[in-house]
Amino acid sequence: MKGSVMSLLVALALVAQDRLAGGQEHRSYDYTKYHTMDEISAWMNQMERENPDVVSSMIYGQTHENRNLTLLKIGFTRSTPKKAVWMDCGIHAREWISPAFCQHFVKEILGSYQTDPKVSMLFKNLDFYVTPVLNMDGYIYSWKDNTTRLWRKSRSPGTGNCTCIGTDLNRNFYANWGTVGISRNCCSAVYNGPTPLSEPEAKAVNDFLGAHQNQLLCYLTIHSYGQQILIPYGHPNISAPNYNDLMEVGLAAANAIKAVHGKSYKVGTPPDVLYALSGSSSDFARLIGIPYTFTVELRDEGHYSFLLPEDQIQPTCEEAYQGAMSIINYIHDKNFRGSASTVTATLWTTLVASWISSANVF
Amino acid sequence: MQSVIRTHLESVSSHSCYATELSFINSSTRRRSPPEWIMKTFCSVWLLLSLVELRPALPVSQETPLACRGPADPALQQPETPEEMDTTGDLEPTHYPARRAATVALHYLNTRHGSPYRVFGLQQVHKASAEDVAAGGRKYSLDFSVTTSPSGSAGPALRCSAEVLFPRTEQHTPPDVQLNCEALQQLNSTAEDEAFYQKYITPDSAVSAQYLPDSYGNMSEDMQPFWRLARVAASFIMLRESSENTEFNMAQVASITQQESSEKQLMLDYVVLLHDLPSQEIIQWKLLASWSPDSGVRVLQMEWQPRCPHATKPPN
Repeated sequence: MKGSVMSLLVALALVAQDRLAGGQEHRSYDYTKYHTMDEISAWMNQMERENPDVVSSMIYGQTHENRNLTLLKIGFTRSTPKKAVWMDCGIHAREWISPAFCQHFVKEILGSYQTDPKVSMLFKNLDFYVTPVLNMDGYIYSWKDNTTRLWRKSRSPGTGNCTCIGTDLNRNFYANWGTVGISRNCCSAVYNGPTPLSEPEAKAVNDFLGAHQNQLLCYLTIHSYGQQILIPYGHPNISAPNYNDLMEVGLAAANAIKAVHGKSYKVGTPPDVLYALSGSSSDFARLIGIPYTFTVELRDEGHYSFLLPEDQIQPTCEEAYQGAMSIINYIHDKNFRGSASTVTATLWTTLVASWISSANVF
Repeated sequence: MQSVIRTHLESVSSHSCYATELSFINSSTRRRSPPEWIMKTFCSVWLLLSLVELRPALPVSQETPLACRGPADPALQQPETPEEMDTTGDLEPTHYPARRAATVALHYLNTRHGSPYRVFGLQQVHKASAEDVAAGGRKYSLDFSVTTSPSGSAGPALRCSAEVLFPRTEQHTPPDVQLNCEALQQLNSTAEDEAFYQKYITPDSAVSAQYLPDSYGNMSEDMQPFWRLARVAASFIMLRESSENTEFNMAQVASITQQESSEKQLMLDYVVLLHDLPSQEIIQWKLLASWSPDSGVRVLQMEWQPRCPHATKPPN
């Protein structure tokens, strides 16, 4: 009797020790549920506190309602500037699966950089700038009650005669602004604002991207719904100079996504696969020279549309993560060939050496 | 498309700007010395401005947005009709013109064969083509596959062919659909449909609920057939309101109130929220639907409900 109690206690102690030792385990945060802005902000603080070597936060602007726009900067610290990848989620308030993905992405890379050499290499050569919720005011409003759930825009008041609220942040950037896929009526869901960058949220992104444009290799913006990987440009008559490359990278990402749960993501420019638009953040990013810019539309294809059930959060994030990593790894390997060629050279040297030693030609 | 930008670059830029732009794109890893960086920024801005200037000013919408405007008015500002809208012949199946036409065919399919335990969803467009027709409309020919909910992608896919005619008239006219799906006649009312009918046709049944699914996308198992019925009933509206410039899905059921059964039909009052992709508007409709396993879904009344601060009167 005593023996079995003792062994039970020992077993419990081991389990407890195991849990404590797993420092990266965020046992209290449920990544398979949608979270309020307060919960997400607390989670961001937690990520920074628990991973001080690789995570720092930066405030890069304010929303209309004066909330701090904060991103997490993730990667090994280095005194000299590093190349970087930008990811933002939640430009559109009602697309709740999008912030869920940013949280999942951060969790995954933080949970694997110490054990996965590929991720470790990414942390060495790149910084990730991740904004889990860009349109904080809109997101909070969409949580207010049942009647606000399907809000899309920012929460800035209308100007002039207009009594409606909000501007579509993804039409507000200085990228063919106001030409196509917008409405000048401020009550419209695609109202592009009185002027380009009228919205402080868009201005903050604009300024950050501009200040870091030499470092940024990749701009990713996450949306829903539609299951698409969109490449620049939104305007039907303008083509990105690296269109072919972008299509190839996009198609590879779609294949990576499909391999996870069989979901099809369509790849192309918005005028081809979705609808023409202007003033988008990814068009702006491409225009200032960030070579790889993608807008990703997550699940689903219209069945539940914006109200994606919580039991689909995990599979959606899993497939999107593979898609994002496919893009990021491609860009990394293209820019940091040094590491790969060292591996190749070592491999060849080893092969030749073993051939020479095994051959009895001498 | 590449040639367009290249021609433009050559015509507008000085040779040095063009070269800088190209070389920047092709070798983004090259460390740029400060003067080169300035040159690149200047050229990018110049290029951007020249592109904006060169384009003829495209009409932009001053229209009241769809949610306020109500049924089937011309959508927000569109580009000059995209190439695919004008080409006769094959369409790219993954591009939106084919998909929008297939979505219309899907709405039609749901109005004819949808039930509490059968809602059709678009799986894939295999082939599509379009041609202008004499009377002044555009006819799409489609070869596509559909899945059924509740089983979704786990269940069998049905192969369908359809012809969707969008009349191009002053006032909106609903599209016309001719549709053929394999094995459709074999699709009988399921046992679950029957059981559902028996359960709720009883005189004292008075189901009511709000916001299906809820904000988290969750819905009780009991309410799912009611949601599917709403989806089928909404298909009548979505079909009627569709054009080449719209793409409708049902975003949410705002409310459901069961009315007294009439002539052996379940009678359901719904308020549904429809989402139109191109305009991104949420449009609210109130409707009265009836259903029985034998009669299928019918919409007896429908009413657009404007949701905006200064509601304009509906056109009718």
